[in-house]
Amino acid sequence: MEFAFSDEQEMIRASAEGFLANVSDCAAVRAAMVTEQGYDSELWQRLCSEMYWPAIHIPEAFGGLGLGFVELTILLEQMGRRLLCSPFFATACMATPALLLAGNEAQKNAWLPGIADGSVTATLAFTGGNGWSAEDVHATAIAEGEGYVLNGTFSHVIDGHSADLLIIAARTPGSTGEAGISLFAVDATHAAIERQWLPTMDQTRRLARIQLDGLYLGADALLGEFGAGWPDLERVLQLACIGLAAEQTGGAQQVLDLSVAYMQERQQFGRPIASFQALKHRAADMMLQVECARSASYYAACVAQEVLDPQGDGQVAAELPLASALAKAQCSETYFHCAAESIQLHGGVGFTWEYDPHLYFKRARASESFLGAPAWHRERIASVILGEQP
Amino acid sequence: MKISFSEQDERFRQEVADWLAANLCGEFEQLRFRGGPGDEHMFPEERKAWERKLASGGWTCVGWAPEHGGRGLSISQQVIFNEEYARAGGPGRMGHIGEGLAGPTIAAFGSEDQKRRFLPGIVSGTAFWCQGYSEPGAGSDLANVKTRAALDETGSNWIINGQKVWTSLAHESDWCFVIARTEPGSVGHRGLSFLLVPMDQAGITVRPIEQMTGTSEFNEVFFDNARTDAANIVGSPGEGWKIAMALLGFERGVSTLGQQMQFQNELSEIIAIAKANGAARDPILRQRLAEAWSGLRIMRYNSLRMLSGAQDGALRKEATIYKLFWSTWHANLGKLAMDVLGAGAELLEAAPYQLTRLQSLYLFSRADTLYGGSNEIQRNIIAERALGMPKEPRLRP
Repeated sequence: MEFAFSDEQEMIRASAEGFLANVSDCAAVRAAMVTEQGYDSELWQRLCSEMYWPAIHIPEAFGGLGLGFVELTILLEQMGRRLLCSPFFATACMATPALLLAGNEAQKNAWLPGIADGSVTATLAFTGGNGWSAEDVHATAIAEGEGYVLNGTFSHVIDGHSADLLIIAARTPGSTGEAGISLFAVDATHAAIERQWLPTMDQTRRLARIQLDGLYLGADALLGEFGAGWPDLERVLQLACIGLAAEQTGGAQQVLDLSVAYMQERQQFGRPIASFQALKHRAADMMLQVECARSASYYAACVAQEVLDPQGDGQVAAELPLASALAKAQCSETYFHCAAESIQLHGGVGFTWEYDPHLYFKRARASESFLGAPAWHRERIASVILGEQP
Repeated sequence: MKISFSEQDERFRQEVADWLAANLCGEFEQLRFRGGPGDEHMFPEERKAWERKLASGGWTCVGWAPEHGGRGLSISQQVIFNEEYARAGGPGRMGHIGEGLAGPTIAAFGSEDQKRRFLPGIVSGTAFWCQGYSEPGAGSDLANVKTRAALDETGSNWIINGQKVWTSLAHESDWCFVIARTEPGSVGHRGLSFLLVPMDQAGITVRPIEQMTGTSEFNEVFFDNARTDAANIVGSPGEGWKIAMALLGFERGVSTLGQQMQFQNELSEIIAIAKANGAARDPILRQRLAEAWSGLRIMRYNSLRMLSGAQDGALRKEATIYKLFWSTWHANLGKLAMDVLGAGAELLEAAPYQLTRLQSLYLFSRADTLYGGSNEIQRNIIAERALGMPKEPRLRP
């Protein structure tokens, strides 16, 4: 047990921090966020070919660096701080875990090397409604001949309009809840897939709607067993929550830092406003929350590490449902709270388009509801601690 | 970064559990789950005997270095010890001020002679300590200490006059560490010294404070020409503030893990009641129960981070949040306990004013956000020391 970064992990953190401070500054974020794609392709290629980031948790056998979820989390926290506009989260936290957990050797060989070298971006499409549970998988999949026919619509697909690879969840018609769900991997440019970018309040991350119209897939597209995909999908969503929590922690830290710096500069009544106790106490409460979010995020990352590692500690891996719900609830509330506070602590300029707090305030809200709001995750925790489910 | 325990650690866990199962029984059975916050006044003699029993098995001062008589356990093993101790219902530690505060301070700043004289009694569970910091006029403004100490004419004894307050377990203690003003006319944090004072003497009067719980864990301590040997000063005269502040760092050490396990026992009791009385079906209470559970997990992760990062002895700035977090969490837990109990929360265990364990939690946790630096002082510390925000401008006298 050593709940602190190793020297190597600290190096990864420092290099990510330094790199992102240069390439994802305020001007870069604002330039990327008004494009339809939502990110700068040239910068994305640098992240892949210079920093090898999408490869970080992909096993070496599939062209990756063979590190783990903790290292991934370290990057995500720094990306969150800088509001990096990129397809990284969807690719690394949603699609890659789906391939790692549910894919067979051939499927991993087919897709992971491309993800690792940056030539393939990917995402996960699963919910057809406004929720994040098994029953929100609405699209259908019917076995036909050697393959499957898929139909249906997906909402809230991060980077769905630009990704090269889609991981899709669909259910056997007539099935309900956790039963009958299957996962597929498919080239996103398939003619039977219609993808539409949806303009969003948070401009630093793109959402899309995806429609399948009689999409025919061969047997090799099925990840795992037909109709038995929910346990894998559930774990993928839990891992994605942990990734999101890391980004949220970074964002919350950044708005705290921005607010403290601003309060040190801004003079009123002949002194820096940072010397007023009413504001110091608010900043202290922000820091308290940020550190608690960071602890929850790191702990969950350690759990996720064991989940992705085939030789991982099973007892720790079994903590995934609670650790992920805890991290997502805590980090969501922290990020929103700190972002809202940062507007108030910046005073009037905090309300302008020119200053950055609004970018974080919008991102905080978007990521708070994505993959389940805090109350939803806490209800899951309640049902476990009250002994209503294992 | 890794949260799993090694096989060696798991064997150690078994060793601790086995020892506790074999020893926390018989005459000590009645102490299980007793003596925690709000219950600290119960069974003092029996709990002192339990300290000696712990010492006989080598289970006091487990984190201290072997050269100081400790067991020299790794952080992982200290975590395990505290977890198993609380799981077994180990009673609130009578020796915790000596083990957690006095001992580490003496080990860090004391002379070789002081280490030889004071550390063995703490390790063996035979010398008990209390803390003489706060005064009626020095609460949040701790540097405003008025208690005075001066060497007598022969230079062989410190003579101490003044009053301390909120001294827990003073009536059960053999020694008190006292912050006193040794430079006449000095103000603020200058001119203070850190003295070790024997409690059993005519110059010291202990008067219990009746708290809102109806019980008296805290005391006033009056020094009226109290004496201690001239050698019983830690560091040099005038270094008291520096040492007192360093001690507050030890306070956020590994002992917090034991405290968390007591919190876990309280939370488990509340959850059991919620299931039994139907409160668990209320969606808002469900949210609050989940929040309480989450907060306690986070408290654990926070301390694991602090401990893992404190190998060099220096706590990082993140450690400043610890007290504010746990005290707030605990006060909220007290309120949650009452809300889960509903109308039944009113009924006392017995007349005239015997509280149930959860009523005691509810009332006593109102002290948590005050002692050891109130929440407001904690926020100042976080803002100034961790975030680098300016201190409050001082009024000119």
